[in-house]
Amino acid sequence: MARFSAWALAKNALTGNQHWDSQWRKPEPKPAYDVIIIGGGGHGLATAFYLAKEHGIHNVAVVEKGWIGSGNVGRNTTIVRSNYELRPNALFYEHSMRLWEGLSQVLNYNVMFSQRGVLNLAHSPGELDAFATRGNALRLHGIDAELLDRNEVTRFVPQLDMSAETRFPIVGGLLQPRAGTARHDAIAWGYARAADHLGIDILENCEVTGFLKDGDAVVGVQTTRGDIKSAKIGVAVAGNTSDVMRKAGIENLPIESHVLQAFVSESLKPAVNTVVTGGGGHFYMSQSDKGGLVYGGNIDKYNSYAQRGNLPVIEDVHTLMLALYPQFAKLRMLRHWGGIMDMSLDGSPIITKGPLPGLYLNAGWCYGGFKATPASGWCFAHTIANDAPHALNAAFTLERFNSGYTIDEGGAGPFAKLH
Amino acid sequence: MLIPCPHCGDRDVSEYSYLGDATIKRPNQEKANPHKWETFVYNRQNPRGPHKELWQHNGGCRLIVEITRDTISHEILSMKATGPHKTGLGK
Amino acid sequence: MSGFRLDSGGQIDRNQPRTFTFDGRKVSGFAGDTLASALLANGQTLFGRSFKYHRPRGLMSVGSEEPNALVTLTGPDTHEPNARATMVEVVDGLNASSQNRWPSLSVDLLSANQIGGPMLQAGFYYKTFMGPTRKAWRFYERFIRRAAGLGKAAQKPDPDRYEKINSFADLLVVGGGLAGLTAALKAAEKGARVILIDEHARFGGYHRGDPREQDTINSLLERIQAFDNATILPRTTCFGQYDCSTFGLVERVTAHNPTETEFAPCERLHVLRVRHAILATGAIERPLVFPGNDAPGVMLADAIRAYALRFGVSAGKNIVLFTSHDGAYRQLSALQDLGVPINAIVDTRTTISDIAMAQVAATGMQLITGHAVTRVHGYHGIKRVSVAPFDPYTSKINGKERAIECDCLGMSGGWTPSIHLTSQMGGVPEWDSTLHTVLPGKSNGTWSVCGSVAGYFDRDDTIASAETMVEEVLRKLSLSRARKAVTHPEKQDVLNVGPVWSIKGIGGKAFVDFQHDVTADDITIAHQEGFLSVEHLKRYTTLGMGTDQGKLSNINGLALMAEARGLDIPTVGTTRFRPPYTPVSFGALAADARGGHLQPTRRTAMHYWHLDAGAEMIDAGLWKRPRVYRRGSEDLEQAYIREARMTRQSIGIVDVSTLGKINVQGPDAAQFLDRVYSNGFAKLPVGKARYGLMLREDGIVYDDGTTWRLDDTNFLMTTTTAQAAAVLEHMELYLSVHWPDLKVHLTSVTDQWAGAAVAGPKVREMLQIAIPETDFDNEAFPFMAIRHGKTSQGIPVMMCRLSFSGEMAYEVYTPARFGLALWEELHSAGKEMDLVSYGTEALDTLRIEKGHVVNSELNGRTTAEMVGMGAMASKKTPYIGSAMKDRPAFKDRRRHQLVGLVSKSDECVLIGSHLVRNPALKTPCLSLGHVTSATYSPALEKYVALALLENGQELIGRDLYATFPMKGIHVAVEVVDPCFFDKDGERMRG
Repeated sequence: MARFSAWALAKNALTGNQHWDSQWRKPEPKPAYDVIIIGGGGHGLATAFYLAKEHGIHNVAVVEKGWIGSGNVGRNTTIVRSNYELRPNALFYEHSMRLWEGLSQVLNYNVMFSQRGVLNLAHSPGELDAFATRGNALRLHGIDAELLDRNEVTRFVPQLDMSAETRFPIVGGLLQPRAGTARHDAIAWGYARAADHLGIDILENCEVTGFLKDGDAVVGVQTTRGDIKSAKIGVAVAGNTSDVMRKAGIENLPIESHVLQAFVSESLKPAVNTVVTGGGGHFYMSQSDKGGLVYGGNIDKYNSYAQRGNLPVIEDVHTLMLALYPQFAKLRMLRHWGGIMDMSLDGSPIITKGPLPGLYLNAGWCYGGFKATPASGWCFAHTIANDAPHALNAAFTLERFNSGYTIDEGGAGPFAKLH
Repeated sequence: MLIPCPHCGDRDVSEYSYLGDATIKRPNQEKANPHKWETFVYNRQNPRGPHKELWQHNGGCRLIVEITRDTISHEILSMKATGPHKTGLGK
Repeated sequence: MSGFRLDSGGQIDRNQPRTFTFDGRKVSGFAGDTLASALLANGQTLFGRSFKYHRPRGLMSVGSEEPNALVTLTGPDTHEPNARATMVEVVDGLNASSQNRWPSLSVDLLSANQIGGPMLQAGFYYKTFMGPTRKAWRFYERFIRRAAGLGKAAQKPDPDRYEKINSFADLLVVGGGLAGLTAALKAAEKGARVILIDEHARFGGYHRGDPREQDTINSLLERIQAFDNATILPRTTCFGQYDCSTFGLVERVTAHNPTETEFAPCERLHVLRVRHAILATGAIERPLVFPGNDAPGVMLADAIRAYALRFGVSAGKNIVLFTSHDGAYRQLSALQDLGVPINAIVDTRTTISDIAMAQVAATGMQLITGHAVTRVHGYHGIKRVSVAPFDPYTSKINGKERAIECDCLGMSGGWTPSIHLTSQMGGVPEWDSTLHTVLPGKSNGTWSVCGSVAGYFDRDDTIASAETMVEEVLRKLSLSRARKAVTHPEKQDVLNVGPVWSIKGIGGKAFVDFQHDVTADDITIAHQEGFLSVEHLKRYTTLGMGTDQGKLSNINGLALMAEARGLDIPTVGTTRFRPPYTPVSFGALAADARGGHLQPTRRTAMHYWHLDAGAEMIDAGLWKRPRVYRRGSEDLEQAYIREARMTRQSIGIVDVSTLGKINVQGPDAAQFLDRVYSNGFAKLPVGKARYGLMLREDGIVYDDGTTWRLDDTNFLMTTTTAQAAAVLEHMELYLSVHWPDLKVHLTSVTDQWAGAAVAGPKVREMLQIAIPETDFDNEAFPFMAIRHGKTSQGIPVMMCRLSFSGEMAYEVYTPARFGLALWEELHSAGKEMDLVSYGTEALDTLRIEKGHVVNSELNGRTTAEMVGMGAMASKKTPYIGSAMKDRPAFKDRRRHQLVGLVSKSDECVLIGSHLVRNPALKTPCLSLGHVTSATYSPALEKYVALALLENGQELIGRDLYATFPMKGIHVAVEVVDPCFFDKDGERMRG
């Protein structure tokens, strides 16, 4: 595989761009692999990459029912942050952040990780107090966080409506300067290209239709491209977890699939320089390098696999947008779409061995999965390679729902729609 | 999306609160083992396709309706009222 | 290019001139013009710059599919970027300017990007900008961002209004061409409630402006208008289809009509629910892909026809058409009669139909078959084009080029049905290999199609298809009883498309996506690099991601990928269209929920009294509550200290109307409360209240409050302000689903009662004056007792002697309509005793001094044990949460416990501080807990706080630090019992 660089671009340009390689091969499935990862999304591809890179396991297949990156890595609002309050989350997402910080170089693929800051706005003194608790917890973990008062918010994002006439005036905010955005599709392609380079087979249009079992143990998968055997099978199919696990005989999981809508505006010259969340409801927005405002809000709050949402949430999201930026009323929404979120019942992910012998599960990302991609792959690879979790994902078990060690960042309780 | 209410007719989804899976049954307080409670509180079948679920018309008559809805097409396949007032309502 | 106004023709009113400016230059047009048509009539060639290469671009189309002619409109107070010149109606004073160029449209320095052209191929940015350091991208990004982007966002709030209406109908007809008009009329005749919309100012669709059709169109419109059950909305775009036949429409109301009243909205969002929709959305012409096809002066062939017929404008002085189907020959002679100088037609096919041939013969223009345009000469406008013999089988040039003089080139590769709305609901488009185009495919039952979107490209078939389709729909809606079988017309191949996806063999950029500068070569590169799926192609090259949403580019891109892969188009697949059909303004979607109307505001009965008293209000959910009542130059802290101190010295009064209040009634009410609360209520005597702690099923504290037994089967439950709605919903779920056998009814009465809590050593004295007939003596009105009474002015009150502040205290409720009168009467009764009104800050101070918890402590992860209330739970009766509250995690000794903190210095303890043994420790450093609430305690004359602390009860008496690293503040604290003041409760029990 030729390295990507400005030099390579120039050289290819001079020869009429005739000599680019396929970024990942299109191999035929082998009858067996050391590890099979189900799901060619960001997490699955990252897992495969780290299995090879960190654990020397190269005989790996990633099986994907459609095209790689067709799930949530291909449809999200691209926010990367590690400003979680609870310790297991904070440490895990910070590990992810550190991987993000060198990812373009490690993958030799520009994932355009742009550390432009994520600012969570507080609209009441109580909310600001909660941010203080969170921000100080982060600082004690060694993670960056800054508490901004009203004036500092104004200076940092001068476009915000700071007037007192708004329904929920802004009182301050919590800023994570190292947080930011990344080019979402590039994560999938970058991991795919790098994993492929390390010998991993990426099998597209290869849908898992069932599992090969030996007693309780899972020993392979049946796919639309034939049976493939493996002693270790990792499932990373956000949005479809319940469905795929049902094929392995697991009927119940602490997961509900909900639709989350996201939006992009027409392209504009730079209008907002940072990622802002708030507005007196659930709203977050950044501006992409191409100039589109990329934004979203809450889930539609009903079980759905439809990849499309409904008008009430669309209207709500835009009211919050204009609450923060009333000058944007004449800008236009260009496209909206829906992604399927595996909403876990405590709002935190699952990266675990089991629930069956030979099976490993990576699921329940709610709508925080994009930023987790590197660490999720890294920890999942560790768990698969060592048959035991890394300290960073030791808390992300299925067992926690039984023992009570749930990781409920929002304190919302066992209600999927509230996370 | 329009959700049918046996009292009020078809109403916009924004008038409702979604209360989730209708197939989970609360265990018997005296007898149930911890596993049953875990299943009740946390575990879901989460089907792709017809899903029995509860919606409360809390922007209207506050009735809780049990609906079967296809989670792929969002089509509503059946509807009935729950609770002490269910007699004579719904299909 | 040198467009000009024809002497006649068009739907413009030549007696009504309109003047506007473009890039500061005064331009004139006529009523009925669009910005595009007026500029074209004035000889404007350059309309914009492309996204990546900043190439000069001209007008491409006549409709909402326009990729190039995007402008910024500015008014005295408004600023609207990215408006499509083709959709903007000209009014006097309109001020438009071009975008994405610097310093001017004709001299754009960023067009230097083109020099790097071959390096800037699809996906180039994934391959570079990665060094020299890991931070490099942030450096490059700044320049890339500045170069990218189209228009600029406004700086000032938009003064225009937007509004939303919900509407209902039997049938929505989208598209006011012949098909839509026919369908709408027929449905209206049958009594259906019909809404007919079209995105343009005038109806007629493809045939709009055609003098031969105008009578038909007018007559159809007039006949529809005559029906009360029909609504006609021009300038209205159906942008999306949602579940259950819900459609989103945006109607443009004032932009074209500056004389509208100031109350008229600029745009109106219609959320329309119908029984069925007929989508007569028409088709969009497809460009041809050949080198130089983006030069200003190259446009869609049919746009040339439309500008002449609709606006009386010729797009050029010497026009050549380039096509691969018969459709481009339509009306050639009519155009010639109008004076549109079309001098040659280049066709890639070797044979054309007789009808097309007759058109050519009638006009005497030059016909060059079996040829393709290979180059376009001229940078800011066309000077001439090269043509060469073309082999349609290989898409290659197989002969010598020759030049043809022209200043305008019309291109047409066929027509693509506008299937966006059908595809949004998951309708899978089907490729029709006879018509060489994509058709909507199978309906999910909520919509039907007719006219050209359904593949009927013949005028009469269009009408016939509308008639049969509407008949089918009316039967479905039981509005037609006819029995005769409905037969839809055959789809005739009237265009005879000879599909050509690109002209190969000659160098130069051949554009597929104009706005995003995606070329045929880019698609080849994507293929080479393995981006084979349509979705990968789209994402890697950004094909179809521009503001035109790929209306012109998708099919060509798809076909080129199919060609590269050696597959047929259906195998490669199509992409799913996402809403909206055309971009929708944020303003329309937010409608009137703006500014103070974002959410409703809830005000208590005493709200305006608080304002008059100088209260600073604070949001508590949707409620407004007084935070402090400042006096003179007091700051927040001084004000709340005074309020709290005076309460403990004499009397304080606080508005507690916002607490959630739920009537729990019925024979099983007591049993129900026993199950809902962790502590028992069955034995609570009538006339007494009790504090209750409610858990979630997972054993975590959900809410708390007092519940009053008014009689045997009637309780009044109070909840926290924040959880009122959630608690009601929670309890209703149990009554409806889990315990339907319980005979209990719940009624929210939050808004029906106004309440005041009065507290302090002199409270009895005051109440005795205000409510003289009630005996407030300690025995007569014991702690937690409920009494009914009336004030000296006769206001009915319901009271309970309970205390949040730790003082002798009563909550006094009255029907909300008496709330203000009660409040004033209590004030006048307490005047001599220095009664003070206090707000949420002092409320907090008083309860912190007593160690009472609120939602700062009950954060959704708190158990009853953590806040010292485990012991009050019922041991015998099971309740919600009892089964799961003893799980291992809840017994973990690392679990936090509520403690009090006292500052060891004069410094206040900040909320959000974390507790550590030594603040000098380097990070990462383990937090032992955090400060949940803090205040200055006037009773203790110290700064105190409440905290959740690991193993807290055992640490009482220890010294720790409350550290706030974000501000670098570390306060030494002593861990104490959470109840700071009057632990035995002597003050409140009297």
